[in-house]
Amino acid sequence: MARMKLVLVGNGMAGMRTLEELLKAAPDHYDITVFGDEPHPNYNRIMLSPVLAGEQTVEQIVLNSRDWYAENGITLHTGKRIVKIDRKNRRVEADDGSSAAYDRLLLATGSKSFILPVPGADLPGVIGFRDIADVDAMIAASSHYKHAVVIGGGLLGLEAANGLKLRGMDVSVVHIGDWLLERQLDEPAARLLQKNLEEKGLKFLLKKQTAELVSSPTPASGGGVGERALLSSERPSLLELAAKSPSPPAPPPLAGVGSTPRVRAIRFKDGEEIPADLVVMAVGIRPNTALAESAGLQCNRGLLVNDTMQTFDPRIYSVGECANHRGIAYGLVAPLFEQAKVCANHLAEHGVARYQGSMTSTKLKVTGIDLFSAGNYMGGDGHEEIVFQDVGRGSYKKLVLKDNKLAGAVLYGDTLDGAWYFELMRDATDVSDFRDKLLFGRHHIGDSGAGGGMGDEMSRVMLLPDSAEICGCNGVCKGDIIKAVREKKLFTLDEVRAHTKASGSCGSCTGLVETILAATAGGDYSTAPSKKPLCGCTEHNHDEIRAAIMQNNLKTMPETMQSLGWKTPDGCTKCRPALNYYLLCAWPTEYVDDAQSRYINERAHGNIQKDGSFSVVPRMWGGLTTPKELRAIADVADKFNVPEVKVTGGQRIDLFGIKKEDLPAVWQDLSDAGFVSGHAYGKALRTVKTCVGSQWCRFGTQDSTGLGVKLEQMTWGSWTPHKYKMAVSGCPRNCAEATIKDFGIVCVDSGYELHVGGNGGIKVRVTDLLCKVETEEQVMQYCAAFTQLYREEAHYLERTAPWVERVGLSHIKAKMVEDEANRNLLAERFFISQKPAQVDPWKERTAGALKREFIPIRVVS
Amino acid sequence: MTTWIEVAHLDDIPRQGARVIKTAAGDIAIFRTLEDEIFALRDKCPHKGGPLSQGIVHGKKVACPLHDWKINLDTGLAVAPDVGCAARYPVQVIDGAVSLSLTPETTLSE
Ligand code: SRM
Ligand SMILES: Cc1cc2nc3c(=O)[nH]c(=O)nc-3n(C[C@H](O)[C@H](O)[C@H](O)COP(=O)(O)OP(=O)(O)OC[C@H]3O[C@@H](n4cnc5c(N)ncnc54)[C@H](O)[C@@H]3O)c2cc1C
Ligand code: SF4
Ligand code: FES
Repeated sequence: MARMKLVLVGNGMAGMRTLEELLKAAPDHYDITVFGDEPHPNYNRIMLSPVLAGEQTVEQIVLNSRDWYAENGITLHTGKRIVKIDRKNRRVEADDGSSAAYDRLLLATGSKSFILPVPGADLPGVIGFRDIADVDAMIAASSHYKHAVVIGGGLLGLEAANGLKLRGMDVSVVHIGDWLLERQLDEPAARLLQKNLEEKGLKFLLKKQTAELVSSPTPASGGGVGERALLSSERPSLLELAAKSPSPPAPPPLAGVGSTPRVRAIRFKDGEEIPADLVVMAVGIRPNTALAESAGLQCNRGLLVNDTMQTFDPRIYSVGECANHRGIAYGLVAPLFEQAKVCANHLAEHGVARYQGSMTSTKLKVTGIDLFSAGNYMGGDGHEEIVFQDVGRGSYKKLVLKDNKLAGAVLYGDTLDGAWYFELMRDATDVSDFRDKLLFGRHHIGDSGAGGGMGDEMSRVMLLPDSAEICGCNGVCKGDIIKAVREKKLFTLDEVRAHTKASGSCGSCTGLVETILAATAGGDYSTAPSKKPLCGCTEHNHDEIRAAIMQNNLKTMPETMQSLGWKTPDGCTKCRPALNYYLLCAWPTEYVDDAQSRYINERAHGNIQKDGSFSVVPRMWGGLTTPKELRAIADVADKFNVPEVKVTGGQRIDLFGIKKEDLPAVWQDLSDAGFVSGHAYGKALRTVKTCVGSQWCRFGTQDSTGLGVKLEQMTWGSWTPHKYKMAVSGCPRNCAEATIKDFGIVCVDSGYELHVGGNGGIKVRVTDLLCKVETEEQVMQYCAAFTQLYREEAHYLERTAPWVERVGLSHIKAKMVEDEANRNLLAERFFISQKPAQVDPWKERTAGALKREFIPIRVVS
Repeated sequence: MTTWIEVAHLDDIPRQGARVIKTAAGDIAIFRTLEDEIFALRDKCPHKGGPLSQGIVHGKKVACPLHDWKINLDTGLAVAPDVGCAARYPVQVIDGAVSLSLTPETTLSE
């Protein structure tokens, strides 16, 4: 069958991203042709600012080289502008007369700089800031002229001004508003920014309205080599002014030649005039829709598209800045990349993805200045504000809350927590539980992991040498990450993880990696999509899958995958273990565990070691043991030549280096001595750590050891979303470290304090106090209920600490402290699930279950 | 001439799983996919030698248990961006009997 023809108009970031996604999803579906009116292959437009600032070169920002197009069989036409779409005959025509037929057409024409319609706007030396030609023009001007004026104090304007200043020009920024960046910042933050930029030598003229651009009476000489000049005779319409020049290379230097005078000054409404040899208009962008409009496609501040990125003509799709989705034309790449993904999915005829809009956040790319803003940062009716200001340190923070959810944020100076605030906004997290600490950032709510502690401001990270180790787990240095981002054109955190392994293990360096990524690839690529699917095999997220399992009575993994439209025949290493757990949790008495969907540790009931051997940790209830047990362990260690015996951090003994085929025999001996598996390998109940307690300790208030043993006997064998640890301390001296456990108990004279959501691992988090109870029976009941709530609600591989932070302590209290009936129901469901779970997996296997798992099936010589 | 050694019955190997054959030249892992295809690779991950037989089998790939590299069962090649290759051994299944040749394949199939 002949392949269908796909034509892309607009060789820019959104369109090309769509093609890359399409090639991944359906490499052979189309014959692809690309038209772009710029003379270049696709490049990273975001990085024009650093190029202007001299921090990067044009070569470094190319995203798809001409070879790339050739390798992927794509026909590329650069420097050709499509001027007509013939929808009836399904053809597009370019300005040089060439044409191409399509079965599907993708319009990704982006937008153009808006040029103020003032007298003189068509003079040579007046440009926008949009493409390489503009940057070339600015660089050329900087070596011949002195005075630059940037009109527009938004992100683009400031980045242009900063670049021109670094190129040696005398730069003034003219802004009509009361303060800079009024679309991103409130006034106090903008004043700080202005002060810092003034220290860098920029001048600002606020509340100034441009009346006219004035030309030089006499032609200046020798200026503007290679600069793009816009001649009124060539471009009569003002709207057309900012459009791209039709054919490369740029016209020969016209500035100041002959009768065409160059811009010389700018005059304001109040009569004031300042010199200007270069005027950069950065007052806004307009979607490039003239082409679509001429073809009769509905446009209204952008080409209208639906949730599948389709225009009113079902054969024509549109993505990027030219598209208007639900009333919004986005001007940042993160949402455009989401659109690209959805569009590619439909072009590939997979037909499952939907684009539902994005929330955006912005950063200013001026080296040495840290600025972040997102959402509704101005507040208003029904909104509350939390503000912190320290002018001396140049630091300002404002958070806007609505109904105890974060609605917006502005950070200046210290943007460490930008990504976190953004996450809270996206997930609509209820912040009432930590509202008092919200402003001070993530690590003040118990989270002092390496990522937070080291700080991730752009400048500090970028000052590190290339040899600085960023990811301690995988030994990845800063230089490795930068190299991979540049060479492999990586944009997202996931891609950096895949290519370098950085932040792929414990994740504590994620913030650092994101910063390096942002600094190297530009912009805000780290922003997570509005909805995060469980994995690449599905469009659904954890909560949707769990809900579907219950509502649709899905009882097996194939059934679940089929019903929810899985894209792969048998899932992947991310979804299979998760589904296995969700089904087990939903149907504890019916579901047959799928060993092949378990990670090896849980399949073989031991921890795999780097040499492929295993470790064995038997349970020692509450950390108690006896001489007889110790002797049995010693005998096993002797008999099997165990290379190392170690006391663990969880109050029990670990036997290391056991060969897989010896496991059943080792377990047999341990089992005979009365031991059961310690589940030191599982997403399961691990240890219950205890202290001496009232039995012996002179401070003990309750029998913490005894209570720990009871709790462990009640909960052992339970599978949980992630590992689950408990501890009981006999008094507030807390020798069992109960306040960094998933469920911790601190005994006091009058009863028991119950603490939840602690973590002593990668990011230390101290527990929250859930409530206080009076009897051991209550402790057991609350423990069962809390464990079950976690089992039923958390995402797979989410420990209690992030879960509690995500859903909020009040939610947990409402479900199981305040609601007694529900607490009892939860506990009841926990006890039902425990009946089939409390079968010692070791004993089962020494009795012959799954014997073949452990021995080679054949030995051949 | 390929010398086939019968090593197992199809049912000895779990679907989406693997079993190990011990040989003088080292362990060989025999994989069975959801679709009942059978593959044999040297039981050593090209990364740091992890036992591939212990990994999760999905599609025509296995995920190494140590650091989660994905290895293509049909080619032995690591899935990009990782780079490396585990030796492949010829296998055949006749009437449910799985036979293996101990001479690794030399060409890289695509
Ligand atoms: C054996 C032990 C270290 C020791 O010699 O003491 C240990 C060993 C491992 N820990 Fe641990 N952890 C051990 C106590 C701890 C503790 C201390 C404790 O429990 O009081 C912690 C911090 C407390 C906590 O979890 O909040 C701890 C936090 C971790 C983490 C980080 C978890 C987190 O949420 O941040 C991991 C990684 C993971 O789970 O993904 C981890 C993972 C591991 C793994 C399983 C790594 C792996 O996947 O191979 C190690 C297995 C080693 C092996 O080859 O057997 N281990 N690990 C301890 C076993 C306790 C036990 O008796 O079961
Ligand atoms: C200086 C600068 C800095 C920026 N910084 C950031 C940032 O930090 N973070 C961020 O998220 N975003 C930033 N942006 C915005 C970001 O670059 C854009 O949102 C993104 O490039 C838009 O992608 P697009 O594909 O829709 O449009 P474009 O990348 O503009 O691509 C459209 C292409 O189509 C071509 N074209 C138009 N009409 C036709 C036609 N009829 N025929 C043929 N070709 C045509 C255009 O010439 C252009 O090459 C910045 C933009 C600029 C200019
Ligand atoms: S035992 Fe824990 S801390 Fe030690 S190396 Fe292994 S995972 Fe890291
Ligand atoms: S040894 Fe296989 S992934 Fe590291």
